[in-house]
Amino acid sequence: MSETPAKPPARAAKSKELPEHLKAYRHVWVFIELEHGRVHSVSWELLGEARKLADTLKVDVAGVVLGPAGEGTDQAVAEAFHYGADQVYLVEDPLLTNYRTDPFTKALTDLVNTHKPEILMLGASTLGRDLAGALATTLATGLTADCTELAIDGTSRALAATRPTFGGSLLCTIMTLAARPQMATVRPRVMSMPEPDRSRAGPVIRERLDMVEEDIVTKVLDFIPDADTNQAQLAFADIVVAGGLGLQRPENVQLVKDLAEVLGAEYGCSRPLIQKGWMTADRQIGQTGKTIRPRLYIAAGISGAIQHRVGSEGADRILAINTDPNAPIFDFAHHGIVGDALEILPALTEAFRARLAVDRLAG
Amino acid sequence: MSQGLTMVVCIKQVPDSAQIRVHPVTNTIMRQGVPTIINPYDLFALEQALALRDQLGGTVTVLTMGPQMAETSLRKAMGHGADRAILLTDRFFAGSDTLATSFALSAAIGKINAETPVDVVFTGKQTIDGDTAQVGPGIARRMGLNQLTYVSAIPAIDKAAGEITAHRRAEGGVQVLKTKLPCLVTMLEGTNELRRGSLPDVLRAERAEITTWNAKDAGIEDVTKCGLKGSPTKVSKVFAPKPRSERAAMIEGADATPAAIAAAAVETLVAADPALPGVITRPSALA
Ligand SMILES: Cc1cc2nc3c(=O)[nH]c(=O)nc-3n(C[C@H](O)[C@H](O)[C@H](O)COP(=O)(O)OP(=O)(O)OC[C@H]3O[C@@H](n4cnc5c(N)ncnc54)[C@H](O)[C@@H]3O)c2cc1C
Ligand SMILES: Nc1ncnc2c1ncn2[C@@H]1O[C@H](COP(=O)(O)O)[C@@H](O)[C@H]1O
Repeated sequence: MSETPAKPPARAAKSKELPEHLKAYRHVWVFIELEHGRVHSVSWELLGEARKLADTLKVDVAGVVLGPAGEGTDQAVAEAFHYGADQVYLVEDPLLTNYRTDPFTKALTDLVNTHKPEILMLGASTLGRDLAGALATTLATGLTADCTELAIDGTSRALAATRPTFGGSLLCTIMTLAARPQMATVRPRVMSMPEPDRSRAGPVIRERLDMVEEDIVTKVLDFIPDADTNQAQLAFADIVVAGGLGLQRPENVQLVKDLAEVLGAEYGCSRPLIQKGWMTADRQIGQTGKTIRPRLYIAAGISGAIQHRVGSEGADRILAINTDPNAPIFDFAHHGIVGDALEILPALTEAFRARLAVDRLAG
Repeated sequence: MSQGLTMVVCIKQVPDSAQIRVHPVTNTIMRQGVPTIINPYDLFALEQALALRDQLGGTVTVLTMGPQMAETSLRKAMGHGADRAILLTDRFFAGSDTLATSFALSAAIGKINAETPVDVVFTGKQTIDGDTAQVGPGIARRMGLNQLTYVSAIPAIDKAAGEITAHRRAEGGVQVLKTKLPCLVTMLEGTNELRRGSLPDVLRAERAEITTWNAKDAGIEDVTKCGLKGSPTKVSKVFAPKPRSERAAMIEGADATPAAIAAAAVETLVAADPALPGVITRPSALA
């Protein structure tokens, strides 16, 4: 996907019969990203998606857990079943303590070559993207990065992976027809979180990591945890208020913060505000920023470019405020206000404040 | 033995996608008149390489795979101070996905390496048109280079000992990694600011000779590993995003004052989601 396609090649449309030796590849796998004893929630989101794909294909879902024994692996295995896995592949080894490309690539390559999944999905986190690129090259197979939609193509049974292309102005659907496994990465929060079923369990298939420390050139000297955990809060907030270039001046960012404050919400912005330095980079919403899935998203002075849209349209409800009645954001917002954000934002802050005061008196 | 570091920076010429428009009727990309730029993420890689050259000496070669006109970007990179530029261009490369791109770039880097052993290969974090962040790891894997992705800083590099220490952005923190040269580094954005070119560099860049290699020059014998043929992923469809089935319901106040519109908006939102006030929990909300 490095060269952007101008036109889909005609031959891709013709579904070729899968080469015989690739027919042995079956089942849908999800790499469960376990680090520092905790599973990245994108793994559960992917299991939810894998379940749907596997049901369409009438095959099983497997989770792959890699990590040192005793540091969250048991918990990760149990939860993988709760979130939809039918079986779990587990490699426990102290070499898998801190993420490093080589041991993780080795463990996963060996698992794939032994058990042959037809689809393998990873989160498009820094870890997942590091691993997926190395793995796809080692396996010489197709990898579609940062997908926003996954489906099964009816005629070829191939994974039809849709992602933004051309800087996000368009979407394209990509298939890997003559190589297996078909690999895809998906960013956190793009897919919805499935409901866990705590009664589910299943078989665990253990494999060993065929490697010793001396084989690994790269050493982890230190891990410096982020002081600020805000990063995660935006992605998981119930309510998000964001501003775009329609705010016009840096001091108007305060209007967004004020409304967020009253709503107990997180605040964010479109990309140009980061570039102008009006907000810090961890507040960017969109394709190259955070994907959010709040209950309510209020977007003020944001045009709704596709890169912004793919990061925000998972919200249950979107209210957009824009002076331009034809702004693209009204194509995917549920409610719209055609008006000046600089006037509407403070008015909304007041109206919510009043409403909440009434609720409190009544309650 | 060569002094200093031999570095290769992979840059890609991309359309300035902020200016791309989609034809409203045919749904195709209107490329005409869209200016091209060096992939913005690659500038951080270029500056990091130049900074290391300042510190330890050595050479910086910029490498791109693309059409003939990608020469413009190579010249620009030389204007910022790169020593040498290589354009990898061949009709066999057309339609490459990440696997085929990393194959071709690896071949070219392999050829450079045969002249002078390469210490560090740099790429950007990702491109703005392909946007996969996979070409860097692909090159590393093919060439057996130690892979350092999302690097924000290189606090130490020791050519004699063949060692490099790097800060890598990870989930929830920064990993401090030490590995051996040669290695591949993908640079994180926002980590530095590309220097302006000096006047002599800018003048030199204008006249400089750009080395142009085709597949054969780069030592590629099996062209079926290049371009569309060498790409396991196939694009089956390109389309514009669909609007939601209904457009947003517009909220208008009793009169057009902001206060009336805001009051109507609050009513609408609460009617649509009666539990909403309960979600608003922070004590300060009631202050
Ligand atoms: C590779 C790539 C990745 C990108 N990733 C992201 C990303 O992750 N997130 C992102 O947001 N963008 C991203 N972008 C940028 C994106 O294409 C848009 O340029 C950007 O989202 C536009 O921001 P905006 O809506 O704030 O500004 P504009 O598009 O300029 O829109 C401003 C809007 O404000 C309205 N307005 C003006 N004045 C007022 C007022 N007083 N009151 C109310 N409304 C007003 C205007 O009508 C207009 O609709 C990316 C671009 C590229 C090329
Ligand atoms: N055609 C190309 N020529 C040179 N370098 C490239 C090319 N494509 C990708 N790269 C490099 O690989 C990085 C990641 O690209 P991508 O995987 O497309 O997001 C870019 O930042 C570039 O440094």
